[in-house]
Amino acid sequence: MAVNTGVTTELEIQRDHARREGEPGGTRSMVLNMGPQHPSTHGVLRLLLELDGETILKAAPDIGYLHTGIEKEFEEKTYQQGVTLTDRIDYLAPLSNNLVYCMAAEKLLGLEIPPLAMWTRVMLAELTRLNSHLVWLGTHAIDIGAMSVFLYAFREREEILRIFEMFSGQRMMTSYFRIGGLALPHPRGWQKRVKDFVDIFSSRVDEYEELLTNNRIWTGRTKGVGYISIEDMLDLGVTGPMLRAAGLPLDLRKDAPYCGYEKFDFKVPTRTENDVFARYLVRIEEMRESRKIIQQALEGMPSGSHQADAPGIVLPEREKMKTQMEALIYHFKIVTEGFRVPEGEVYQAIESPRGEVGCYMVSDGTQKPYRVHWRGPSFGNLQATSRMIEGTLIADVIAALGSMDFVLGDTDR
Amino acid sequence: MLPEALQNHAVAAAFSGLATGGKFELAELTVEVAPENIVAAMTLARHELKFERLSTVTVVDRYPTEPRFEIVYHLHSISRKERLRLKARVSGENPEIDSAVPVYRAADWYEREAYDLFGVRFLNHPDLRRIMMPDDWEGHPLRKDYPVTGPRY
Repeated sequence: MAVNTGVTTELEIQRDHARREGEPGGTRSMVLNMGPQHPSTHGVLRLLLELDGETILKAAPDIGYLHTGIEKEFEEKTYQQGVTLTDRIDYLAPLSNNLVYCMAAEKLLGLEIPPLAMWTRVMLAELTRLNSHLVWLGTHAIDIGAMSVFLYAFREREEILRIFEMFSGQRMMTSYFRIGGLALPHPRGWQKRVKDFVDIFSSRVDEYEELLTNNRIWTGRTKGVGYISIEDMLDLGVTGPMLRAAGLPLDLRKDAPYCGYEKFDFKVPTRTENDVFARYLVRIEEMRESRKIIQQALEGMPSGSHQADAPGIVLPEREKMKTQMEALIYHFKIVTEGFRVPEGEVYQAIESPRGEVGCYMVSDGTQKPYRVHWRGPSFGNLQATSRMIEGTLIADVIAALGSMDFVLGDTDR
Repeated sequence: MLPEALQNHAVAAAFSGLATGGKFELAELTVEVAPENIVAAMTLARHELKFERLSTVTVVDRYPTEPRFEIVYHLHSISRKERLRLKARVSGENPEIDSAVPVYRAADWYEREAYDLFGVRFLNHPDLRRIMMPDDWEGHPLRKDYPVTGPRY
């Protein structure tokens, strides 16, 4: 059955290649294996390219090199232990993943989260967005040949990682959001650190823009490159900044507000050019908007508890364990056997830096999830690869792949 | 048949001819259809109900009960800001269902993943091969009767 799948297969490439070989006087093609260790694929993506000179006739993406069976592992961990697995799925946006997992479990439990925890979650999720966008900016620029941007972007990323470390004790695998609230109360002196960062970050984004936005080499390499129609993107499962750079303002923070995002004032940046340059501008603008959200969260941070009042689900305070028998028992029970979650199923989706990250959680009423399915945004976005790069030049592949901003841990899980 | 509570739900009612069950729990709508009607249900959702996006396709293994596999589709309507979960159950003996690729191309890799990890075959899929595991892998790791630990794994 001839269906235009959008994703070219390896078999199609082999057949096309053989057909061209057999045609006397026709154009011959060359099949090139790009990856899985090519530096511009940011991980282990393999692309099979069929080339006519420098033009790409067909391109077949091949994933799975980083599959670690995380969905299977969820079924063997208690709900609270599962949080640590989510960090490792999309390792550039650990807190977004923590958030969607916790929200799914909280929805099944019917748990209300105190305002302080909600605002902290928003603030840290936005810092995660900056963290991810900064890594994207640095590596994307390096791919295209602008080496110095990387150094500037990582300077700010380092500061964000220090903030994460201050809150959670970890730079990357934070696991700071837990079912029922936050893992720890706020650290001493966090306001100053976040404020210093927020104050300086605007001018730092200006710096990146000075290096790139009007840079003739940068615009030459990115403008008009990597076009794919909006219909193709929707049909192939693309979400996030790529859609917004094509003019569709789909952002789950606005469309289906979660975690109190409706209380924050921010815009959803869009462009209509639908090329690599537009995606760059959208992400730069998103960084400015995220900075605004962080500032609002910082200024309006409510007071109160960092955890829901749910004995048996959230761990009791250390002090209480030394004085109250009940707290000690709860602690023992949570740590040794976990807590039971009512039977049901839920699909929670939030806006990660890359697009819609979704967690489909099925509970059978025991202490461990019956099934957790992870809808990684990179997985859907990568399905657009063939449509995006076929017919373009091989040098543009690097720019186009960079503009998709995928994380292979997220696609392969 | 739709349960009575769902008869007045606008989206659910559109499936009244196809649905074999359904529920509205935790503010999420689930409609169950027979596996042979899945493409018809998807076409209806996409063209009449304006669910423009397919978010994900996955499987839940209810081993050892029969029908063993629940194929779960999550659809998203951008214009109406609504989500829908479609579900079809297939047996463990012969886990086969029509592919959703003719309706939503996004189903391509999701169905390959479901085939790879659960062994559910999607008929008319353009390229039904393993996607995560190596091509010569034996077994389907996310099945409930597949061990987490063992000599080989």
